[in-house]
Parts: sequence; C-alpha cells; structure tokens
Amino acid sequence: MAQAHQDESVSVGDFDLSQFHEIFFEEARENLDLMEKLLITFNPVSPDDETLNGIFRCAHSVKGGAATFGFSDVVALTHQMESLLDRLRRHEIPFNAAMIEVLLESADISRAFLARHEGVYEGALPDASDLIRRLAAMTAGQVPEFQAPEIIQELAQVMPSPVLPVAGVRSLLLSIGPLARLTDADEVIALFLDIPDLGSIAELAPPDAQTRLFAVTTTSSNEDLLDLFSFHVAKEHIAIMDSAPAEVVDFPVMSAPESETLVVTEEDVAGKNGSKRSEKPHNLAVNTEAQTLRVSISKVDQLINLVGELVITQAMMAQNTQSLAPELHQKFLTGLADLERNTRDLQESVMSIRMIPMSVVFSRFPRMLRDLAIRLGKNVDFVTQGESTELDKGLVEKIIDPLTHLVRNSCDHGIELPAERLRLGKPEKGTISLSAMHQGGSILIEVRDDGRGMSRQKILAKARENGLDVSDQMPDAAVWQLIFAPGFSTSEVVTDISGRGVGMDVVKRNISALNGTVEIDSVEGHGLRISVRLPLTLAIMDGMSVSVGDEVYILPLSSVVESFQVDDRSVSTIGQSAQLVKVREEYMPVVDLEALFQIPRFELGGDRKIMVVIESSGSRVALLVDELLGQQQVVVKNLESNYRKVNHISGATILGDGKVALILDTGSLVRRARH
Amino acid sequence: MNSTAVTDNTLALDLKEYLTFKLESEEYGIDILLVQEIRGYEPPTRIAHAPDFIKGVVNLRGIIVPVVDMRIKFNCSAVVYDPSTVVIILNICNRTIGIVVDSVSDVMELRTDAIKAAPEFDTVISQEAITGLVSLDSRMLILLDMAHLVTSFDLGVEVEPLLALQSPDANLLSLPY
Repeated sequence: MAQAHQDESVSVGDFDLSQFHEIFFEEARENLDLMEKLLITFNPVSPDDETLNGIFRCAHSVKGGAATFGFSDVVALTHQMESLLDRLRRHEIPFNAAMIEVLLESADISRAFLARHEGVYEGALPDASDLIRRLAAMTAGQVPEFQAPEIIQELAQVMPSPVLPVAGVRSLLLSIGPLARLTDADEVIALFLDIPDLGSIAELAPPDAQTRLFAVTTTSSNEDLLDLFSFHVAKEHIAIMDSAPAEVVDFPVMSAPESETLVVTEEDVAGKNGSKRSEKPHNLAVNTEAQTLRVSISKVDQLINLVGELVITQAMMAQNTQSLAPELHQKFLTGLADLERNTRDLQESVMSIRMIPMSVVFSRFPRMLRDLAIRLGKNVDFVTQGESTELDKGLVEKIIDPLTHLVRNSCDHGIELPAERLRLGKPEKGTISLSAMHQGGSILIEVRDDGRGMSRQKILAKARENGLDVSDQMPDAAVWQLIFAPGFSTSEVVTDISGRGVGMDVVKRNISALNGTVEIDSVEGHGLRISVRLPLTLAIMDGMSVSVGDEVYILPLSSVVESFQVDDRSVSTIGQSAQLVKVREEYMPVVDLEALFQIPRFELGGDRKIMVVIESSGSRVALLVDELLGQQQVVVKNLESNYRKVNHISGATILGDGKVALILDTGSLVRRARH
Repeated sequence: MNSTAVTDNTLALDLKEYLTFKLESEEYGIDILLVQEIRGYEPPTRIAHAPDFIKGVVNLRGIIVPVVDMRIKFNCSAVVYDPSTVVIILNICNRTIGIVVDSVSDVMELRTDAIKAAPEFDTVISQEAITGLVSLDSRMLILLDMAHLVTSFDLGVEVEPLLALQSPDANLLSLPY
C-alpha cells in the first residue's frame, strides 16, 4: 500500500484530473464574472479595501485552480494580475483608472484561455504577452499611457469620454501642495469629477509627504483649472505643468506610512462622486462558503416530470372519489386531502429548483453596455428593475441572446450622441432600462430607452422598398411589427454591432420558439419600449373550470376576481353589439364565450347564467358561462408542440376523466374586449 | 423511364413498406415508418374556429395531439364514427398527429418501380401530396406523401422546420399574430 501511495504522489500526471475539470471551469467562470462585476462598480478615486480584497481573491482562486490542472497560460496571466492586486490591496502602489481597463482585459483573456482548454473556444489563440508586460509595468509602479479602445464609427462631435486622446485634450501634471492636511486636496478631486466633460484625473505617487500629484487630461485651459481649484486650495499651492502623454514616469516605491495619506476617506467622496460608476456596493464579499450543490439538469427535469404526473394522478383520484359518501369514508377522504396538500407543497418546492432570478440575465449587461457606449461615444445609464423575478433556467439561456440584441440596438440606434441629446433638450445621459416582472402566468421583460424612438415614415418607406405590402393607414402597432421582417433595417450605417438587418427577425423567431410574444411601442423622438412576454414553463397552476354547453374550459385562478349570477336586466348593450354588465359601480365589457368559440348548444334553457370577472394588466372583463364546475390544480400542456397557436387559448390540460380541456388566455380575452 | 436492371442487392433497397387504409371505397397507402400507433376513435376536444376536418385534440398518454378526419378532408360523402372507426397516430415533421380513417387494411411491401406517376386531375388532393399509384389486382392504391399533406392541414407545420430567408417580394405581413 505504501508503495502505491508513493507512486501516486510522485507521478501526479498519471492521476486523471479531467473529472474535476468541469467543476473547475464553472467555478473559474464564476470567479472571473465576479471579478468583472467588482471592477465595473469600482470607485477609482477611493478604492476601498473590501472590493480590492474581493478582486484579489478571485484572481487568486483562478490561479490556484489553473495551477492544479496545469493550465500554464492562465497561471501566467492570473499570477501577474494577482501581483498587481496584492500590491494594490497593501497600498504599496497608488491606484489609477487605467488599471481597471487592464484588469478587465486580463479577465477577458483568461476567460478565452479557459474556454480553449474546455474546448469551447473558437478563434485565434489569444496573446497575453503584451498584457502581462503592461501588468508587470503597473505592478512596478509605472503609470501607463492610455490605451483607448477602438472606435468603429466616425465621431462627429467632440466626445466627453476621458479615455480618448482626441485633439485639443491636453495632458497635465497637477501638483497640490504643500498642504497642511493632505485630505484638503480631496475636495479638488471631487470638484473636478463633478463637472461633466472636464476631463480625467488620476492620482500619482506624491513627490513628497506634503504634496499630492495628479495626472490630468482636459480640454480646459490652465487658467480655468486654477480658478476652479482655488475654491478649495489657495492658488499658491497649485502648480500645473504640461506633460507629454506618452511619457512614462518612474516613481519610487512607496513605503507604508506615506501611502496611508493617499487613501481618501469614503465620506469625503461619497455623494460628490460624479463619475459614471455607481455607488460603492455593500456586502460584495465573495461568498465562498455558500452551501450549494451542483446537480445535472436532466435529474431535475426528471424530478419535475414525475411530480407533474403525481399531480395528475392525485387529481384523478380526487375526481373519482367525488361520488363517495363523506361519512362512510371519512378517514380515506381525509387522507386524500392530506395527499393533495403534500403534493402541492412538493410541487412548489420542485418547481423552484429550476427557477433562477433574472439578475443572472441582467448581470452581463453593465459590462457590455459600458464597452459599447465607450466605443460609440455615447453616454448611457443602465437601470434594472426586478432582478429577483425568477424564471426557469431553460428560458434564461434562450432569452439572453434576443435581449442582448435589443439592448445593443437601443444603445446603437436608439440613444443619440450626447451633443445631439443636449441640442434636443434631453439630458445628456441616455437611459436604457431592463425590467422583469410576473404577470399572471407569464413573465414580462421590458427593454426601454429614451432615445430617438422609431420613425413611422422611415419604416413604411423601407417596407415598400423591400416589396412588402403596406398602407399609410396601418396602425402604429402594425408598423412597428414590420421591423421583424427578415432583411429589414432602416439604419444608414452598418456597424459590426447592428444594422445588417439580420437581427430583429431572429429575435422574434427566438421568442416565438419560447411561445412568447414581442410588442413594440414607440414615440418618435422620445424613446422605445419593447415588451417580451414569456409563459412560465412547467406551469402547474390552480385553475377554475367552467362549462359552456357541453364544453369545459379552464381559467387561471390567479386571474379570477369574482363570479356572480346574472339575469338579463343587468346586461346592457352598447352600439347594438357590445355587451356591458354593471358590477357594483363599474361597467365592464362582457365576453360571451359561447359566441366567441361558436360552442354548439343542444338544449335550450339552463344556459349562461354565471358571470366570471377576470383581470389582466389592470383591466377587467366579465365572461359569460353556464356553470362553475370547480377548482383544481392543472398541469399545463403545450398546445403548440403538435398543433398551432389558437386565439385566446394559452394551453391545454388533461382532466380527471382523461379528456382534454382548453385553458383560456385571460390576457388576450381582456385585450380583445377592451381593444 | 427508370432503369430496369436490378441486382439482388439493390432489390432490397427498392422495397418500401406501406400501411394501407380505406376511406369509403378508396384505398390509400402511407409510409409505415411514419406510423406510431393505431387507436380506436374517441371524441376529441373541439377547438374553436378550426377547419372542419380538424376535429380537435385528444390526450395521448399525456401529450396533446390534434386529430384530422381524412374523410372530411377528402370530401367523402359518409362520415361515420362507430366502433370500427380508426385513428392512425403519425410522427411527422417533429409533430404527433392523428388521422381518422374508416378502416386499416394491411402493411404492404411495394417495389419502387411498381409505383406509377399519377396523372393530373382536378381533385381536393393536391398533386404534390400523391407519391404515385399502385395496381393491386383490380384495385388501385393511392400512395400519399404525408409530409406535404400535413402542411396543407394548416397545423402551423412547415416542411422545412428551419425558416429560410424568404425572397424579398414574399408577403411577410401574414405573421401568425
């Protein structure tokens, strides 16, 4: 035995580590994602320790794992990142904003390396040597020249982005001192950042203990800057020197006591921070001790199917025992009631396994939008709502691509350039918002922007150009739907981002494949709202069954408000066709299901005596039915997998007697009645 | 004219099995590989505004399956539903559908060269839906191309499941919305 053990420890290469690869790749991805998230929300002027440590730990974990599996390219890169982060968190070197870009790039390259090892990366082998060189230089305390990201489109106006070395922008060295209290200079920094488009400011290693030194890029003149700063610091203590942008300044390594003065306290800067990054997030510490279990999706699916069948069986039993006299079979019926409760609890638990919060979808957008906005020279705020709204994991994966396209569209075509926005009287910063919420049995995801909206004329013109049959009388909603036609794009410029016209039809197709719908609303000049509605799959829902003639229909219980008996007097007509019923003080439209579904009626009398009030999106209508049959849990089956979409029907279910009953789409019934 | 030179090897490849069924006095055959099972007829749940030959949907062990009555589709004069009425469950174009017929006959092995092209005639069945005609003694067997037929059922089925880019002059406004 000892012999074997010795062999193992000597030749690790023989031991098959590949079974652990999957776990490592997943965890490494999570760490890199967290690192990216922390970097984006980082406060460049006052780097806080908690975040720095969090980022360091991410890099450290990835490096450790990569080393175990012998992924030397990842190790080399993450080792450099780790060195830089280690020095930063020990306050051995000052922080500057360029480090964020370099670290973000490093995270990207690391991801690419990992993807290659995993076998899922297609493309040229990424080269990290330049990145490693830059990281090493930064770690040694050198201030790098700015590496501006590539600009694809021509910039018509001067952009406020601090990263671009545009003509007219000067690089300066700003020295503030001697100062009695070094923190006095914080006000100067804050003031500088507060003013939009003034430029950029980054702290450098101080030349002496009483002075602070900054690298500044700005289009303003020295005199303007002096006037500005003299609000907080006497002019005699401010010195502005020109510096060539390509100069790399070599600063001596700082020792600990001096560097303490570099740390700006949070209270000073918080509230005055005008930079694009959001406020410092609390409690972002990496939760590496999370109690989680990795389970394969197929096991969960199997579990959900079994629970679905259990629900059907239990419903059948309940149905078949209806004829039993309660007194004789009391114990049995009580047991059955217990079974129903247990089944319901089990079903809720199991369904929640596959549900994950929308924040997983939302999380990838801040970085993407940030990079995109910089490239396009736009100033965009990204707002999310409803991160905790949950949806099925399978849906999440499929909705990301269409949503990404919609968001990129809003940024590319929707939000105007800052100068144009100002000219139009809009705030310079555009807003793109992404929200998610549950509505009835669906999830509603909306992408909104306050950009230029869609032009009805342009779309109609383009449609005619493409040979589509359109008319000027078409309602707005129909015009907006035209953009989903293949090959449709009204953009004059085709960028690598969008404009080739292959996007929107793919978006629509993807969403339809999920049994979802897409609606567009737009006001030209003001903005755009795209609403994506997806059914929550695996619905086992509470339904109310109603009968009309010989047919049984199911209503989602969540949409039912009330029901009451009706007589002819309370129903009035309007315009000779539409019917209204008065419910307390409100008149609401009546939907006659018998007429709507052309339900054959064989016996006269005993008909249509009950009104069921349903609500959807805040509006109510009353459905006219014969009888309320009961309430039961139903397993929602998809009608469209073998048939097609039917108006006003959202799905089907199997009743206790084995027959199929159709489930009414309350949303579309309400929309129809209320136009 | 097809080549008549047939070796023993290719002989096997030229044979295909067909399930035959009857609609009134007419006999039809379909590719057996499409047939999943054969069931008795049970009244389906009606779907509003569907064409008259789509009777509705039934529950097939937990799956919702549409039922098409071939006798109505092919304009037969007598459409009865009795204990001998049969529903053939097909798996076609990624869908499961059922077709109602009067009765099911045999599974026949037919040689490809026994299939004659059908002449053009004016009937409710479109030309693409008929693979050909086969002579059995004095009877005529009409071989159906179920894939094409199913697309004409208006079930929302496309023969090519992947949507190809349509030509610019196609009318794209008739989206199922």
